[in-house]
Amino acid sequence: MFRFIVRRILWLLLVLFVVLLITFILMHLVPGGPWDREKALSPRVIELLNRRYGLDQPLWEQFANYLWGILHGDLGISYSYSDRNVTDILLRGLPKTATLGILAFILAQGIGIPFGMAAALKQNSAIDYVSVMFATIFASIPGFVLGILLMILFSVTLHWLPTSGWGSVQQLIMPVFCLAALPAAQSARITRASTLDVMRQDYIRTARSKGLMENVVRIRHIFRNSLIPVVTVAGPELANLVTGSFIIENLFAIPGIGRLFVNGIAARDYSLIMGAILFYAFTIAILNLVVDILYAAIDPRIRYD
Amino acid sequence: MVAIPKTEVVAVRPHHTIWGDAVIRLRRNKLAMIGLAFIVFLSLIAIFAPLITPFSFSDQNYYEVLEGPSAKHWLGTDQLGRDTFARLIYGARTSLSVGIFTQFIVLCIGLPVGAISGYAGGKIDNALMRFVDVMYAFPDLLLVILLSSVFRGTYFGGSIYMIFLAIGLVAWVNIARLVRGQILSLKTRDFVSAARAMGGMGNYITWRHLLPNALGPVIVSITFNIPRAIFTEAALSYIGIGVKPPNPSWGAMINDGFSLIFAKPYMLIFPAIALALLMLSFTFLGDGLRDALDPKLRR
Repeated sequence: MFRFIVRRILWLLLVLFVVLLITFILMHLVPGGPWDREKALSPRVIELLNRRYGLDQPLWEQFANYLWGILHGDLGISYSYSDRNVTDILLRGLPKTATLGILAFILAQGIGIPFGMAAALKQNSAIDYVSVMFATIFASIPGFVLGILLMILFSVTLHWLPTSGWGSVQQLIMPVFCLAALPAAQSARITRASTLDVMRQDYIRTARSKGLMENVVRIRHIFRNSLIPVVTVAGPELANLVTGSFIIENLFAIPGIGRLFVNGIAARDYSLIMGAILFYAFTIAILNLVVDILYAAIDPRIRYD
Repeated sequence: MVAIPKTEVVAVRPHHTIWGDAVIRLRRNKLAMIGLAFIVFLSLIAIFAPLITPFSFSDQNYYEVLEGPSAKHWLGTDQLGRDTFARLIYGARTSLSVGIFTQFIVLCIGLPVGAISGYAGGKIDNALMRFVDVMYAFPDLLLVILLSSVFRGTYFGGSIYMIFLAIGLVAWVNIARLVRGQILSLKTRDFVSAARAMGGMGNYITWRHLLPNALGPVIVSITFNIPRAIFTEAALSYIGIGVKPPNPSWGAMINDGFSLIFAKPYMLIFPAIALALLMLSFTFLGDGLRDALDPKLRR
C-alpha cells in the first residue's frame, strides 16, 4: 500500500510537469501578449515591462524559472492584477470555489444516494420511476442552462433570490443547486444500478435465509456493498465540482478561481493561467488518489502492491 | 420400408442479426424514439432554415429592436434588431454540426490510438496510454478554452471549424480508452474462442464477433459525447470565445440576452430551452442505444 502511494505520487508529479509544459507551450502560442492595450504602449515601456517580469529571457529559461518558483511555493506574479502574487490571488478565490464545490457535493450525495437506493429497493414502484425520471433530466441538462432557467423563475419572476454575487446564503442557493444537479443524478443512477446488482447476489440470499432481519440485511449487506461503485465515481465528481464550476461562477458572478482563469486568458496573464491550470490538475489528481486509497479501505478484496 | 416421419421445423423466432435485434429493441423504446424524432425534426429545420424564415441570422433592423414575439418576428428580436427565431434555427445548425463533426475528429484520433494500443500492447500501448493519462489530468473545459484561444490567431479563428478542432482534440481520449479496453477484453472472450473452435476463420470472427461487439459501446459513447460537445460550444460562445459574433450560436444568444434578463427574459428562455431539449433528446437516444446494443445491461 505504501509503495503504491509513493509510486502514484511520483507519477502524479511527472503528469503535473507535462501538464504545465503543455500549458506553457499553448499559452505562448496564443497570439498577443500581456501588454496589449487599446492604446499601444511605447516599445521602450514594453521592453522595460518584459525585463521586469523576466519575459525577455528565452522561453525555456522562463519555464525553468517558473518550475523553480513552484518548488518554493511561489506561483509567480500576476501581470493583470496589479502586481499581486498568483498564490495570493488563488488563495483568495479558493474559499469561494471550494465552498460551492463541497456544498454541492454534499447536496448531490445527500439526494442521489438515498433516492438511488430507495428506487432500487422498491424497483418499478412510483418512487423508482420518479427518481429515474429526475435523474435522466438532471443528467442531461447542463448546470448552466439550469441556472438560467432557475434565475428566470426565482429571481426574475418570483423575486425570491438574488441573481448573482457572493456573500449571503441566498446567493449560494442557486449556484449550489445547479452544480449539484448533475452529480446527484449520476449518484442516483449508479446507486440504483449497484444496489439492484448487490440484491441479486448469493450472499444476500444467504443473509436472508439465516433469518436476519430485513433492516440488518439492508444496512449491513446491501448498503455497504452497493456503495463501492458510488465511491469510485464520487472522487472524480468532487474534482469536477471543484474544477468544473467555472461556467457557473461566471454565470452567477462569483469571484472564484474559474473566473480568474478566463480573465487570465483574456489578459494573457501567463502566471495566472499556469497557476489556475496547476491548481485544477493538482486537485483532480489528488482526489483520484484519495479515491483509490478509500476504495481499498472499503473493499477488502482490493489490494494494491 | 418405414417412412421416416417428416419433422416440421418451426421457427420459434425469426432470424435476426445483432443489429437487427438492436433496431427492434430500440424501436420499442419510446423515450429513445421521442429523442430521435426531436433530433431529426431539429436537423430538418436546421437544414431548411432559409425556407422556413425569411430573415437571416445577421440582418440588423434598427427600427425593430428588442421587440416581443409577434406575427412578423415569431420569437421577437434582439438588441440589434435581429430576428430571434432565425437566430435560433440557424443556431441549431451550429449546435448540431458541432455535435456531429467533433465526433468525427474524435473517432479519427480515438479509434486508431485505442485500436493500436489494444492490438500492439507492450511499449506502444504503455506510451500511448501514459499520454492519455496526461490528457485526462487536464481539466477538459479549460484545455478547450486554451486551445480555442490558440486557434483564434489562425486564419480559421472564430469560425465553427476552430470549435470542432478544439473540442475534438480534447474529447478523443475517452474513445481511445474505450476501444483499447474493448479490444483487450474481446480478444480473450469465450464466445470468440468458441467461434474459433467451431471453425470460424479469422475474417469471419473479426466481422461477426469482434467488430460488432466493440462497435456497440463506441456508438453509445459517441451518442453521449455529442450533447457534451454541444454544451461545450454553447459554454465557449457564452463566455465569448466561441464562434465569432454575427454567427448564430445558442450560447452566444444566451450571453446576448443575459444583460436583459429582467427586461426581456424570453430572449434567454428560448435558446436555453432549445439547448436543454436537444441535450435531453441525445441522452434519451443514448440510453435507448445502450439498452438495445447491450441486452445484458437491461433490467
